[in-house]
Amino acid sequence: MPAGEVVRVVEREAQVFRRLWRGSVFSSVLTPVLFLGAIGIGLGGLVDEASSDVAGLSYLVFVTPGLLAAGAMQSAAGESLWPVMAGHKWMRTYHAMVASPIRALDVYVGELAWTAVRTTIGAVAFLAVAAALGGVPSWWGLLAVPAAVLCACAFAAPLSAFAATQQTDVSFSVIMRLGIVPLFLFSGTFFPVTQLPAGLQPLAVASPLWHGVELCRMATTGTLSGARAVGHVAVLVAVVAAATWWGVRTFRRRLAE
Amino acid sequence: MTDQHHLEAPAPSARASALGAIVAGRRPLKLVERNAMAYRRSWYVFVAGFFEPVLYLLSIGIGVGALVGDLPGPGGQPIGYEVFVAPGLLAAAAMNGAIFDTTFNFFVKYKYAHTYDAVLATPLSVHDVALGEVIWALLRGAAYSAAFLVAMVVLGLVQSPWAVLALPVAVLIGFAFAGAGLAATTWMRSFIDFDYVMLAMVPMFLFSATFFPLDRYPTAIGWLVRATPLYQGVALERALVLGGVSWGLLVHVAYLAALGAGGVWIATRRLGRLLQP
Repeated sequence: MPAGEVVRVVEREAQVFRRLWRGSVFSSVLTPVLFLGAIGIGLGGLVDEASSDVAGLSYLVFVTPGLLAAGAMQSAAGESLWPVMAGHKWMRTYHAMVASPIRALDVYVGELAWTAVRTTIGAVAFLAVAAALGGVPSWWGLLAVPAAVLCACAFAAPLSAFAATQQTDVSFSVIMRLGIVPLFLFSGTFFPVTQLPAGLQPLAVASPLWHGVELCRMATTGTLSGARAVGHVAVLVAVVAAATWWGVRTFRRRLAE
Repeated sequence: MTDQHHLEAPAPSARASALGAIVAGRRPLKLVERNAMAYRRSWYVFVAGFFEPVLYLLSIGIGVGALVGDLPGPGGQPIGYEVFVAPGLLAAAAMNGAIFDTTFNFFVKYKYAHTYDAVLATPLSVHDVALGEVIWALLRGAAYSAAFLVAMVVLGLVQSPWAVLALPVAVLIGFAFAGAGLAATTWMRSFIDFDYVMLAMVPMFLFSATFFPLDRYPTAIGWLVRATPLYQGVALERALVLGGVSWGLLVHVAYLAALGAGGVWIATRRLGRLLQP
């Protein structure tokens, strides 16, 4: 794959972002920080006073990596549905791209790479605030940034592939409300999945977000164990790879229309 | 009668004006009917809105609640955390339902779909549009609040007979935010401005004593929280659902009613200028 074309797509998105970044600060940095303040510190104070430490951690330390991974997932999901519809149908920017030497494959991979760049910025900003508030006890926490970015890509890759198959955006808000919100609330973000009813635990463990949260939590608490970390990374990489295979096909089909 | 008199409006008889008032009273409902029909093809978007507050109740209320244990209730007796958080989520759900219909959806119809240009070409007036949109938002909010209340009853989170008033109060909370949302939307220039709506809603959702009691805040910030409209709704709902009703609650009712009425009044005046230049 000639990487030059992919870089051009990323460059184009970066140019747009340079003018519009203010709006995304709220959704990708400020919202997770507000959740950290309300749930991590406010509600966490009640949890800590009830002296039930969560998996041996203070509640703030427990919830920080959860919010990091979940925030990356949420912003990646939002950026992979409506903007992809805009690229194909509403503004047809992707059609303009493929009228140049850029191919459908470059568009898809380039957009995915841009999601990775954007989530990196958001994750670094969130982690810095969380560390200042005492939510990141270990320097290994720096590794939570690539973990969150990988988790974001595991959602951006299949969702943008799916968005390219749609003619209207009605299904998107249903995906957000009935897919992304339940994952946000039940993937070990706010409480350990072992608290879920036994029948639901395998479901939570199947979600890419749970693997992302576990990876981030190992990193921020400095409890990385080789075998388990490799397992989580392998699951997330497999999701990205399979979704990329699908996405290249849906983008090709859509842009050949 | 000469020809030129045909151009002048006839003086309304008492009967005609009474009839006119009835017809005018129903005109906003035509807009409600229009909105309901517009949702017929995407009813599942409407239905999806039921689940979000219930999911928050299960995750934060019951999941995290298991880690929190009991809190002191209104009479000092201990109550489970999920009992504490449920009325807060009910108020927040009423706010969310009302805000989305009167800001995002209203803006699309007003600015991009030009729905109201078509509506105003009928006998409906700007006043009917503002009132109709608020009524629609209230009906939708009432449906969501009622469903959430049923979930609360099923989970055993209702402790007082005063809870029968929880649904009307949820509609009042919806009215306050629908009016405020509609008025704010008349100042919006593009979708970028909706970041300000979220900038107001997300902190209110998280910090209006929804998830933890007011006494967790330093005194000064506690008073800031008391001033927010969502806190008024949370305090009302919590008193009704947990017991602890007093005349003082009428202050919250007055605050919310004034916010809603003021919002509708401002929105009607500004819409008149925006839609009929």
